[in-house]
Amino acid sequence: MTGQRLAWVMAAAMLVAGCGDKPQQNGDSQVVLIGQASPLTGPQAHLGKDNENGARMALDEINAAGLTLGGKKVVLEMRSEDDAADPKTATTVAQKLVDEGVVGVIGHLNSGATIPASKIYFDNGIPQISPSATAVAYTASGFKTAFRVMTNDAQQGIVLGDYAVTKLGAKRIAIIDDRTAYGQGLADEVEKAAKAAGGDVVAREYTSDRSTDFMAILTSIKGKSPDLVFFGGMDPQAAPMIKQMKQLGMKAKFLGGDGAQTPNFIELAGAAAEGAMASNPGLPLDAMPGGSAFKAKFEAKYGQIQNYSPYAYDAMHVLIAAMKRADSSDPAKYLAELPKTDYQGVTGHIRFDVKGDLAGGAVTLYQVKNGKWQTLETVQSGK
Amino acid sequence: MDIFLQQLINGLVLGSVYALVALGYTMVYGILELINFAHGEITMMGAMVALSVIGALALAAPGLPGVLVLASGLVVAIPVCVALGLLIERVAYRPLRHAPRLAPLITAIGVSIILQNVAMLIWGKQYIPFPAILPQGRHTLYGASITDVQIAILLLATGIMLLLILMVQKTRLGRAMRATAQSRQVASLMGVDVNRVIAATFAIGSALAAVAGVMVSAYYGLAHYYMGFLLGLKAFSAAVLGGIGNLGGAMLGGLLLGLIESFGAGYIGDLTGGFLGSNYQDVFAFFVLIAVLVFRPSGLLGARVVERA
Repeated sequence: MTGQRLAWVMAAAMLVAGCGDKPQQNGDSQVVLIGQASPLTGPQAHLGKDNENGARMALDEINAAGLTLGGKKVVLEMRSEDDAADPKTATTVAQKLVDEGVVGVIGHLNSGATIPASKIYFDNGIPQISPSATAVAYTASGFKTAFRVMTNDAQQGIVLGDYAVTKLGAKRIAIIDDRTAYGQGLADEVEKAAKAAGGDVVAREYTSDRSTDFMAILTSIKGKSPDLVFFGGMDPQAAPMIKQMKQLGMKAKFLGGDGAQTPNFIELAGAAAEGAMASNPGLPLDAMPGGSAFKAKFEAKYGQIQNYSPYAYDAMHVLIAAMKRADSSDPAKYLAELPKTDYQGVTGHIRFDVKGDLAGGAVTLYQVKNGKWQTLETVQSGK
Repeated sequence: MDIFLQQLINGLVLGSVYALVALGYTMVYGILELINFAHGEITMMGAMVALSVIGALALAAPGLPGVLVLASGLVVAIPVCVALGLLIERVAYRPLRHAPRLAPLITAIGVSIILQNVAMLIWGKQYIPFPAILPQGRHTLYGASITDVQIAILLLATGIMLLLILMVQKTRLGRAMRATAQSRQVASLMGVDVNRVIAATFAIGSALAAVAGVMVSAYYGLAHYYMGFLLGLKAFSAAVLGGIGNLGGAMLGGLLLGLIESFGAGYIGDLTGGFLGSNYQDVFAFFVLIAVLVFRPSGLLGARVVERA
């Protein structure tokens, strides 16, 4: 009985408060909330903070330039949430953002967090642009609210698997993944592409995104004498992994995905990083159309770029550009404008395909030489 | 054969680190019947403090030999961890010594969360790299390789464990600890200062944790505010496997867990024809733990309650 009565009281209170969640009026300008979600604590906090900073920089610029929608002056405000790179936390955080009344979301960072969250945004009709989720499954569920400005795993994996066999001449390939949606998805695509290119996958091993000990699986891999070890996962694992490969005296080349292609990887792996290769979707920062300008602006404000901040920055601009075209911050109205995006951003020319994936994304391969990531070459994805 | 030997080395190194941390759990449990869940975090604190000292020294005096730099890291980390262990015991456990056993367990978890967050505030959320100051020597032994760091970990861990056994068996403090473990009340009637003995137990356990923390960060080349959690959990499992409360049990349990993990992850894929992969590494280790506990609920060496220390 009391539970029921409480529910009525709350419902009444919400009615009185006008549902509470509507963006508040602030003088004659309207405040519009944009959500941002990424891991701000935990092993990937440095990447999450980077995304947040990228999105915030775009938001600050748009605010500074002034934004008018439907004849009203609009001030954008960001609600940044910590999803801890955890799928369960991601859904809680997504619901929280929806309840707070955000009209669009930049996020999440990890595929594992992005995928479950995307259902909540879809159910509430909130458009979502992920700056960095690369798992194919994110846009495969057919949610028309889901977009990304990043080359996906299928595109990247095909390039990586093919590159390992045809360009690096690896015949015997060992594959490790960290059992996250990102790591596993990428590793699966690499495996398929490597086999298609005529390579032999001699080992498939697994670890977790919290491990630092890979001696056992590397020893087992060493026994199968591969030419190349591919790791699908992030830098906190990739760095100790390559160190342990050196400790075991393994001569195999090391290839990683975008999770390993970070300054942090070199810092953590030290001298062992030398010669390691990894890819990153898109163009290298200095080859991006707006790369050097972005770098100067970003580093003056937030310090070193970790990885995805240019994408978070572009994602925010793409989202607001759609609002401008629709002349409304109402998700129901501007969502229809998002698929029509044709935006020249820092990271390149952004258009979406029917699923909300970035059309014709590029993949760039890098190698650590003299303690720095050097560009090997850029490969256009797309079949 | 070389693969087998390599996995044996991997397992022994990992296991001796588990054993050092497990000793801290088991000593406290033996005397207080308290599971000190903050112990993993003390290990982390040891690694972090040592890393800060090592990092600063490596910058200030680049010419110093690596072993000396590492030693100074340890020299600072051990007292810090000992002080931390004593403080935790005084603040979080002693006031609850006569409370129901659930209460100190909850404060232990609370302290563990506090320590994690304090470390995050001090050192940030990033992984901190271990400076490359140690000799990177690598030796080949019948096709398996072993590094200088691994040899140092094995020797140091063995030495410390022998010293600990000697201390518990031969010294006055050791005798007092064994007496307190048997019966706190009777020991205090016999003139043993129980509070001092308990404090000493926490101090010794924390010192071991500091050493283990430095070993782990030197071995894997990084430290992180979250590293104590999983390490603590594994070490606690090792202590239970060997028979919690029993010193020899913690050592045996630690080594066994390291070996099981290593061989499990290395061979499970090939043995099951790829049906089970290395993703079952932890499952395998905990399966063995459950199997042992089903047949020997008090752990491998945990039967003789009277002799625990």
